[in-house]
Amino acid sequence: MSDTVLSLSGLTKVYSGGTKALDGVDLDIRRGEIFALLGPNGAGKTTLIGAVCGLVRPTSGTMTAFGHDLATDWRPARARIGLVPQELSTDMFETVWRAVSYSRGLFGHPKNAARIEEILRSLSLWEKKDSQIRELSGGMKRRVLIAKALSHEPDLLFLDEPTAGVDVELRKGMWDQIAALRERGTTIILTTHYIEEAELMADRVGVIRKGRILMVDDKDSMMEQLGNTEAIIELAEPLADLPEAVTAFPVELREDGREICYRGGSGEGGGRAEVAELTKALIRAGIDYTGIDIHDSSLEDIFVDLVGGNDGQGDAA
Amino acid sequence: MSFSVIGAVAIYKREMMRAFRTAFQSILAPVLTTSLYFIVFGSAIGSRMPAIGGVEYAAFIIPGLLMLTLLGETTSNSSFGIYMPRFTGTIYELLSAPIGVAETLIGFVGAAATKSLILAAIILGTASLFVDYQIKYPLLALGYIMLVAASFSLFGFILGIWADSFEKLGIIPVLILTPLTFLGGTFYSLDMLPAPWNTIALLNPIAFLVSGLRWTFYGTSDVSIGVSLGLTLGFLAICVSVIAFIFKTGWRLRE
Repeated sequence: MSDTVLSLSGLTKVYSGGTKALDGVDLDIRRGEIFALLGPNGAGKTTLIGAVCGLVRPTSGTMTAFGHDLATDWRPARARIGLVPQELSTDMFETVWRAVSYSRGLFGHPKNAARIEEILRSLSLWEKKDSQIRELSGGMKRRVLIAKALSHEPDLLFLDEPTAGVDVELRKGMWDQIAALRERGTTIILTTHYIEEAELMADRVGVIRKGRILMVDDKDSMMEQLGNTEAIIELAEPLADLPEAVTAFPVELREDGREICYRGGSGEGGGRAEVAELTKALIRAGIDYTGIDIHDSSLEDIFVDLVGGNDGQGDAA
Repeated sequence: MSFSVIGAVAIYKREMMRAFRTAFQSILAPVLTTSLYFIVFGSAIGSRMPAIGGVEYAAFIIPGLLMLTLLGETTSNSSFGIYMPRFTGTIYELLSAPIGVAETLIGFVGAAATKSLILAAIILGTASLFVDYQIKYPLLALGYIMLVAASFSLFGFILGIWADSFEKLGIIPVLILTPLTFLGGTFYSLDMLPAPWNTIALLNPIAFLVSGLRWTFYGTSDVSIGVSLGLTLGFLAICVSVIAFIFKTGWRLRE
C-alpha cells in the first residue's frame, strides 16, 4: 500500500444545516500522480479538501494520509500536506517574504532563506518579496498562496481551483509550475472548473457530484470508454429517408435531410474507422456528399454527460 | 503529545511583528491616555484630594489606571489577533498546520501577554513623570500583572473566536470592561462609597483585580490579596477550560 499516499473511506460530511456535502466518498490517491477532481459548483470538492486538511470535521468515515490516521495521528500527516485554497485569503499587510517564511515555520520547518528564495524565484515573485501582499495583483496573490504552501515542502499538495480568475498566460505558467512539482515527486490533487486543465494535466480524473464520486479512472481510459466520435456529413442532395446502406450505423438524418450525423465509436476509439466505413458505404450506394466534419469528444463532453444538467446548485461548496 | 516549538515561535513572532507595524498606535495611544488621566485626576483634581490609606491620591490611582488600560488593550489586542485570520480567511493555514492548542495559545496568547507587559512598563514609566511613587512588592506586582495579562489574553482569544462581527469584537471591552474598571475602585477606595454601594461594588469582579494590584503597590487594599489572587487564578482556569473545549469541538473554527 506504500503507493497510496491518501486513502479516504466512507467519508461523509453533513453540515449543521443538514446539507450532505460528502456522501460516503471512497478514494485512493497514488504517490506522484496528478489527480483532478471535477465537479460542478457545490459538488463537495472544497469540503473534501477541507476534511483532509483539517478545516472541516467529517461526520463519519476514515482518512489515512502517509499511513497516519488523520483523526488521531494528524500531526505527522498534516506536516506533509500543503493547501492552496480557492479564496485569495492573504495577510494583506504582510510582505511576501515574511508571509512565506511564516508558513514554513508554522509547519515546523527551520528557517531556510535559500529555499524560500528558490520558491519565490520559481513563481516569479522574487522582485516582489518586500512588497505588501495587498499591493499585488490577483494572479500574484494566487502565487503567494502557492509559495506559502510550497514553503514547507509538502509531499501532497491540494490546489483548489488554482487557475480560477487567472488570465490565460498566467494559467500556462501555473501549469508549468504544476508539471515541475510533479517532476519533484509531489503528489497533486487539484480541483478545477476548466476541464481543459484536467485534460492537459491530470493522470487520473475523479468526477464528483452531490458529494458522491461518480467515477475515478485514468484520464486516457476514461476518454476511451466514454469518448465518442461525432461526424457530420453534408450531403450534395437532400434525402427524404436514411438509405438502407447506412442504417446499420449509428446515424440520423438532420437539417431536413441535408446532413447525416454519426455519433458512436464508444470504447476503443473506433469511431474514426467506422466513419471511414460509413463514407465508403455512402459512395457504394451512390450518395454524394460535399463535406465531412469529424471530431472526437473531449473530456468536457464526457463530463457534461456524466454530471448531467447542472442541478447541483444550492448544495454547499 | 507532541509539541512544535518552531510552530509556536512562528506564530509568536508574527504576532509581535504585527504589533510593531502599528507601534505608533499601540505605544503612543496608551501613553497619551495615561498622561491625560494623570493631568486631570492626578494633578488637577488630585491636589485637592486627601491621601487615601496613607497614599497620595495621584499615586493611589496608578494601579487602577494601569488595570484600566491593561484589561482593555489586552483583551482587544488578543481578540483581534485571532479574529482577523477568521475574518480574512487566512485561518485556513493555521487549521491545516501540524500544530495544536498548545502552540496556538503560546503563539497568540503569549504574544498578547508580552505586549501587555510592555504596555504596563510604558504606563508605569509615564506615571513616574507625574507622580513620585514606590512599589512596595515589585516582584509580586510583576507577577500579578503577568497573571492578569495572561488571563485577559486568553479571555480576548475566546472573544475573538466567539465574535462574528467587528461590533461584537468591540462590545465587551467598551461596554463591560471599561465601565466595570471605572466602577471597580480605580479612582476611589471602595469604603469611600456610601452603604449599600460599598457592598454592591464587591459584585464587580474587576474591583478585586484593582484592589489586588493596589495591594502589591502600597500594601493596602479593599479586599484581601488572597481573595484577589484566588479570583484571578479562577478566571484563568475558566478561560483555559473554555479554550480547551473550543479546540476539542472545533467550535467556530472547524465546520
